[in-house]
Amino acid sequence: MIWWIWAIIAVVVLSIIGLYNGLIRLKNKVKNAWAQIDVQLKKRFDLIPNLVDTVKGYAKHEKTVLKEITEARNMMKKASDVKGKAAAENQLSGALKTLFAVSENYPDLKASQNFLQLQEELSGMESKIAYARQFYNDMVMRFNTKIQLFPNNIFAGILHFKEEQFFKTEGKERENVKVKF
Amino acid sequence: MRKDFYSEINANNWKTVMLFVFFFILVFLFGAAFGAYIGDIIFGLVIAFVIGVIYSLIMYNSGAKTILATVKAKEVLKKDDPYLYHTVEGLSIAAGLKVPPKIYMIKEESMNAFATGIKPEKSYICITSGLRKKMNRQELEGVLAHEMSHIKNFDIKVMLLAAVLVGVVILLSDIIFRSFLFGGARGRGGNRDSGGAQIILIAIAIVLAILAPIIAQLIKLAISRKREYLADASAVELTRNPSGLASALKKIKNDVDVKVDSANKATAHMFIENPLRHSKRKQIFAGLFNTHPPINKRIKLLNEM
Repeated sequence: MIWWIWAIIAVVVLSIIGLYNGLIRLKNKVKNAWAQIDVQLKKRFDLIPNLVDTVKGYAKHEKTVLKEITEARNMMKKASDVKGKAAAENQLSGALKTLFAVSENYPDLKASQNFLQLQEELSGMESKIAYARQFYNDMVMRFNTKIQLFPNNIFAGILHFKEEQFFKTEGKERENVKVKF
Repeated sequence: MRKDFYSEINANNWKTVMLFVFFFILVFLFGAAFGAYIGDIIFGLVIAFVIGVIYSLIMYNSGAKTILATVKAKEVLKKDDPYLYHTVEGLSIAAGLKVPPKIYMIKEESMNAFATGIKPEKSYICITSGLRKKMNRQELEGVLAHEMSHIKNFDIKVMLLAAVLVGVVILLSDIIFRSFLFGGARGRGGNRDSGGAQIILIAIAIVLAILAPIIAQLIKLAISRKREYLADASAVELTRNPSGLASALKKIKNDVDVKVDSANKATAHMFIENPLRHSKRKQIFAGLFNTHPPINKRIKLLNEM
């Protein structure tokens, strides 16, 4: 009779180990997906001063837009968590959109090879950020679903697994990918 | 949906094992036949396996590059086509690949694309310049996402293995035929002992003639039609935009110039749409032997998503 109890304990322990390993694996995937977003955000971050300088040379009067972009960039610099970065990224994307819309009024700027290159680079980055966000949110969704399901939720609580945050953006998902200049 | 892709990867692992078993049996047969001919079966088997293993290792490791060279594709760098580069990199991020595939282009008016490589970390996407020119951005994204799905699901590995297997079989049968012709001329001189062996070789020649279409059939089996549907569905999961790929397929369907000149029967199964089809009318009769599912059905399924 006693060995029945041992068998049940063994099964429970093994399934907890399995659950724990599965959660760690998923959590690392989430972490990795987040790193992908971070890499892209950083790349864009580094491009901004170059863009601001180029635009300044042709469109001195557009101080408001340029200021907005610099502010968004500083905000990105300070942000450390997912929520803060998402907010900064929203602001930066919006400001960049305005800048490219305004640039229509400056034929010289639009004709500049440097500007065109930056524009292509930034729009590519924008779409890569969107893809990275999509992958990250998918992973977060899988992770969160797993720790919410019964009986996982009981053990997840004991093992200190918390829900991960989604990288939310304003407006429709994927919209910024379809932006064409 | 996600479960489907995992079971697809499992199915691909199973197909890989099957291909290896088939390969092993064929090499064994060739070795035994060659051994019977020279009078030492063990020696024949050793030779066949040494040649088979070395050749397939070389082919497997350089296979992707060899295929790209045969279809006369050239690498596209970031500076050549920033938009294409960014899209491929973005899709590889969406697919969760660690390294984006390298991009290659065939100078060719017809529209087509394929992916190849051993593993996702070392893979290649190849498109024709006609496809790049005639597709809009959403359509291009759809096609690239389809190819990215083949990479993600390890389809490329099975396709490459199938190509390597056929290569080994052709090489070994070539060696046997050559030694048969050479030895046959000598044998007529008077060595009566070789008579039995020659009969075996003639039998093998006949068996080979029968085997060739079976091998072709096997490739088609491994590269099943379901795989194309799955890659379409998987592509939509990446782009979240079924209409892009649907409209791309429609454009490919309605194109006048459909033949990829540098493609051949060995590489046909890799393309997004059969590069060897001639005209719409002929395709109806060739339907049974197609390497690809009917394009209309693929478009219909995409429109229903």
